[in-house]
Formats: sequence, C-alpha cells, structure tokens
Amino acid sequence: MKEILRLVTVLVLITAGAGLILALVEQQTRAPIAEQRRQETLRALSAVLPAIDNQPDTDTVVLVTGKDKKGRDLRRTFYRGRMGDELVGIAFTVTAPDGYSGNIGIMVGIRPDGNVLGIEILSHAETPGLGDKITHNAFKGQFAGKALESSDWRVKKDGGSFDQITGATISPRAVVKAVKDGLEFYAAHRDTLVAPAVNGGGQ
Amino acid sequence: MNLMREFSKGIWRENAVFRLLLGLCPTLAVTTSAENGLGMGLATAFVLICSNIVISLLRKVIPAQVRIPAFIVVIASFVTVVQLLMEAYVYGLYKALGIFIPLIVVNCIILGRAEAFASKNRLLPSIIDGVGIGLGFTLALFVLGSVREIFGSGALLGFSLFGESYQPFLLMILPPGAFITLGLLLAGMNRIDSRRG
Repeated sequence: MKEILRLVTVLVLITAGAGLILALVEQQTRAPIAEQRRQETLRALSAVLPAIDNQPDTDTVVLVTGKDKKGRDLRRTFYRGRMGDELVGIAFTVTAPDGYSGNIGIMVGIRPDGNVLGIEILSHAETPGLGDKITHNAFKGQFAGKALESSDWRVKKDGGSFDQITGATISPRAVVKAVKDGLEFYAAHRDTLVAPAVNGGGQ
Repeated sequence: MNLMREFSKGIWRENAVFRLLLGLCPTLAVTTSAENGLGMGLATAFVLICSNIVISLLRKVIPAQVRIPAFIVVIASFVTVVQLLMEAYVYGLYKALGIFIPLIVVNCIILGRAEAFASKNRLLPSIIDGVGIGLGFTLALFVLGSVREIFGSGALLGFSLFGESYQPFLLMILPPGAFITLGLLLAGMNRIDSRRG
C-alpha cells in the first residue's frame, strides 16, 4: 500500500510540474500566436481584395451556412473591405472537401455585385507538382472577373469555362465547385452582407 | 566515461536513422525539402536534449514501475512547448511540418534514449548523448531533405539550382522518393564502412 502511494505521488508531482510549465509557456505564446494567425488572414485578404483603407478583419459578418454531422452550426466569416465609406470588396473562405487529398481552404474576394476579384489557396495537401498547381497564378488568375451568371462554373473537361491542370483534374474541379458554392451562398445572402456595419464604417 | 565517444556515436556509429533505422515516420514524411528536414531535426533534437536532462535529473526519484508514463509526460510536455514556440515565432515552418510536430511525442528515438541512457546516467553524459543523437538525427534529415529537394524541385534551401529549364523529378518529393533516397544513402554508408574494414 505504501509502495502504491509512492508511485502515485511521484506521478502526480511530475504531471503537476508539467502542467505548470505548459501553462506558463501557453500564457507567453498566446498573443504572438493570435497575431501570427491574424497576419496570415490579413495577407490572404490583401491578396483578394482591392485597395482598401479599413481593417477588414474588424468589419465582419458571420453567417450560419449549414449544420455539420453533429448538428452544430457551420459558420462562415465575411470580411468587408471599404474605401472611405464605400464597400468595395467582400472576402470569405470556402472549403473544398472533394480535393485529391484532404480539404482545400480557399479565400475568395468579390465585388459587392458578385464579380470575383481573386482567389487565394489557404491550405491544401494536393500532390506536389500536379494538383498543387492550383496555387499558381495561371490557375488562380482565371477566376478574376468571373461571376455566377456570366460563366459556366465547371472545368473545360466537363464543358465549363475553367482551365483544368494537365494531369490533375480533380483539384481544379474541387476548387471551382467550392468557389461556385460560395458565390451562390453570397447571392442568397447579399442583402445582409452589403448592409452598413452596425458600429462605425457605414452611415 | 569518454564524453567525446558519447557525442560522436550519435553522428555515425549509432546514427538513429541510418544505423538503427529508428524514427522513420517523420524521417520519410517531412524531408521533402532541406528546410523541412532541418526544422524537424532541430525540433526533435531540442525535445531529446530537454527530456534527457529532466529524466537524468529525476532518475533516482522515478520508480521503475511507473517510469514509462513518467517519461512520456516529460516528453509530451516538451513537445507541446516546442509546438507553441514554433507557432508563435516560426509560423511558416510550423505550417510546413503540420501534424508531425505533435507526433514527436511518439518518436521512438526520444523514449529510447530516455529508457536506455538518460535514466541510467548522470547529467553531463545524458546531455552529451542527447546532443549527439539529436545532431545525428538532424544531419540525417537534412541530407535526406537536401537530396530530395535538389532532384525533386531543382533547388536547395529554396534557391533554384538548375534554372527554369529543369524539369523536376517529382518522384523524389513524393513518398517513394523518400524510400529510394534512404535506401541509396544506407547503401553508401555501408560501402564506406566495409571499405574501412
């Protein structure tokens, strides 16, 4: 009995010490990590939005896009870029679940009228040298200026108006579909999203 | 005890990757570029040295019956520390290494050194052992990553080597390239050893 007590005491002391150290490190790194994540979002935002003079990550609208398997709400954040008082661009992230390997995270920037300004691939695990060409400008660039009605949102192989990538049709197909779904969601909720900001920003 | 021997064994004679073939999961998975290999190697070496220090200091306190859970708690704590620090200060590398940072916990090299060396030796030899094995692991990952990056991307540490006309040998940065490169490096090391007699 005494022996077991000793084992338990030593383990408890070690885990308590570990917990203490982890708490201290977490406290020290919390702010830098939040800042890194914010910078990453801002970099992607500036890539898909036109010249703006506000902080789009502080002028956001969060909408529920659906339910996940457990019945929890899936949310999507819309970042609104303004020049003066005028709303010039809206950015949001979409996820393509049907890439070649894993999810593809995409940031989409659009003008308030629904024309695409540009897209940026945030995260992916597509095959190096093949599917990962979705991150090249030659592929991303073709989204600029396209709108839901004016284009056929499929890759050319399927009869649409987007170039696929030689040797990798699945990745572009997934990206095109995800961006299209995002645009459709935007079109359905446009009135809420272009409304003036609740506190400051608009009139 | 010969400290120089403890240090040098990790580099060549008992190199974790090339001699003992331990820790192959991160070795094969993250070495798609020299930078990733170096980053993973240094992160692992840091955890290894820290865990060797703590386990060596606590070796008389930790009862033999619960030594494995105690080692794992120590190792997992340092891995989490590394993960937080990397996310805060080297975000690009953190993103590139992804899931393989938390998986350092189950890297058998670290638990292996804790069990076989640090729990039986005094502080200084344990540190030297950690530095040697960690450096050997880093070197192995760096070499593997360099070879794969040179052939697979035509670059080294991100600098293009062969100019625009080079058509990358993609197989090298895909999983089979890791096995092929490792096999060739092992063969090369065996040849050098057998020449020495």
